[in-house]
Amino acid sequence: MDTFAALSQGLMIALQPMNLVFAFVGVMLGTAVGVLPGIGPALTVALLLPITFKLDPAGSLIMFAGIYYGGMYGGSTASILLNTPGESSSIVTALEGNKMARAGRGGPALATAAIGSFVAGTIATIGLALIAPTVVDIAISFGPEDYFALMVLAFTTVSAAFGSSVTKGLTSLFIGLSLGLIGIDLQSGQARLSFGVPDLLDGVEVTTLAVALFAIGETLSVVAAGARADEIIEPVKGSVFMNREDWKRSWKPWLRGTFLGFPIGAMPAGGAEIPTFLSYALEKRLCKKPDEFGNGAIEGVAGPEAANNAAAAGVLVPLLTLGLPTSATAAIMLAGFQQYGLNPGPLLFVTNPDLVWGLIASLFIANAMLLILNLPLVGLWVRLLAIPRPWLYGGILVFATLGTLGANPSLVELGMLLIFGLLGYVLRRYDYPIAPVVVGLILGPLSEQQLRRALAISVGDPVVLFQSPIALTLYALSALALFGPLLFFLATGRKAPVGGDED
Amino acid sequence: MSDTTPSSSKTADKAGFAIAFGLAALSFVVGWDAWRLSSVNAHSAVGPAAFPTIISAGLALLAVATAVEAMRAGPVDRPRDEIVPMAWVLAGLVGQIALLPFLGFSIATGWLFAATAKGFGKGPIWGHFLAGTLMCFIIYLIFAKGLQLSLPAGPLERLI
Repeated sequence: MDTFAALSQGLMIALQPMNLVFAFVGVMLGTAVGVLPGIGPALTVALLLPITFKLDPAGSLIMFAGIYYGGMYGGSTASILLNTPGESSSIVTALEGNKMARAGRGGPALATAAIGSFVAGTIATIGLALIAPTVVDIAISFGPEDYFALMVLAFTTVSAAFGSSVTKGLTSLFIGLSLGLIGIDLQSGQARLSFGVPDLLDGVEVTTLAVALFAIGETLSVVAAGARADEIIEPVKGSVFMNREDWKRSWKPWLRGTFLGFPIGAMPAGGAEIPTFLSYALEKRLCKKPDEFGNGAIEGVAGPEAANNAAAAGVLVPLLTLGLPTSATAAIMLAGFQQYGLNPGPLLFVTNPDLVWGLIASLFIANAMLLILNLPLVGLWVRLLAIPRPWLYGGILVFATLGTLGANPSLVELGMLLIFGLLGYVLRRYDYPIAPVVVGLILGPLSEQQLRRALAISVGDPVVLFQSPIALTLYALSALALFGPLLFFLATGRKAPVGGDED
Repeated sequence: MSDTTPSSSKTADKAGFAIAFGLAALSFVVGWDAWRLSSVNAHSAVGPAAFPTIISAGLALLAVATAVEAMRAGPVDRPRDEIVPMAWVLAGLVGQIALLPFLGFSIATGWLFAATAKGFGKGPIWGHFLAGTLMCFIIYLIFAKGLQLSLPAGPLERLI
């Protein structure tokens, strides 16, 4: 019953008029930016983070929640109408959704995505509220060695789940870990890898890295592709409402997608794309008209979209309760928390319960706002899709540099943006995943801290790392994530299905 | 970046080797920094050099793995990249950094907008420069006055 008391307390906070305005602004901005082609939720959150700098923590986190959900909704709109999934968890939506749009059924495709996202988001947020206190109770008993093992698990799963090969995923991760070393070591006061540049002493900003990798890297690869990439926007013809048959064919996939998405997203191994692929495969098998799959089956939009949104809420479980980001978006959100001196983790639920529950409550509100706003406003979003590419990418770069300058008006910061942008281009060019770089940058210093804490308690004896049963279980899971695909290959002779890159 | 021409008859992926080399270089830099730090007397059980040493070793292993994969993969055909449009976008970014201290946010970022649009094949550059500068000036007003973010000011921004 405690959970419900806390949650209703949170709802009271979120329903304050000013906070409703923040949620509304967040939802609108998130959708508007997320709908732009090539911009996924991670970049949306990173670009809009500087806007929240001057707000109070509660208001800004509430706006955040709106941006997060709005960005995802915008992303699925772009996938359906433009066939350019802004992130890998929308790939499946694009598959069937774009076919539906081409067949003149873009309206119902958007509607089933929106309502499915609402249903999934609401159920998954209830799940988050119910499960979070339990995870917090368990997490309080974790020692530093357990936290270290948990982070090792996050490292391995993030590297193994994203990208085309484990080597490439690990390479991205280690680039991120190396970047995480830059700056002053907090325990000894020594400067590491800063080469005498004073701006580097504070380390690399997560938002700078994310904006550079996602926005600048993406712009460079699109411009380099030249005429290779051509996009056709499908107009939304006819009614945006679903008919009786659409409803009948949609509600079960929504629920099935939710129950696939939330648990997988909530695991510290996370990732939103695996449940979308699973949901697509499941709906294809259960569908009474399997021949429609590949030609615009509404189940193929409803299920994966629900799975995507449920997983996105699930990802908040490890983020809020353990301080463990398992996706690029979550890593940027963690950076947003840290900006206010808040450290997500079990203690946050004790020290700032109003904030945490206010955030969870505003997820419900953002979700409801999206449902009410987006279908009537679909014409506006479609017009945003039609911005000519030269202006679109010109604008993206303007806002990318604006955000960086707003956070830290220094030329060195802009130079880093350029260098990391080139890094992002090279990574894309040679098929390396981006998300592990961001996760490595933010989790690297945290895992080092836990490692050193554990070894300080044991006076340098490394055996302590492998004594706790929790840590051993987590290491076993990490090994499985790393070598699982290999075992799968050896056992079946086929390559394991792996997800694409986040964003 | 566009060195992998389809007609290449080499037996290995050149780009893979370049990446392996880059990883080895990064491993060396991180390892060298760790070596420098290891001489510092740490007051705790694990000093500031331990974690970098692990990362350096990991990078070295990945460099070897990447080189082996490149050798096995053989030549890879990758679509050619357009150099000129890319150069425009990069010129926009570099130009913005160069102009910012003297001419302020609006003009420098207006140039970035114009150069990017040019890279994507949309001219004229002067028209876009003026429009971009105006847009950035409005953004400056919103952010500097409304949200109190400090953006670098130049002659244009000092008018207000």
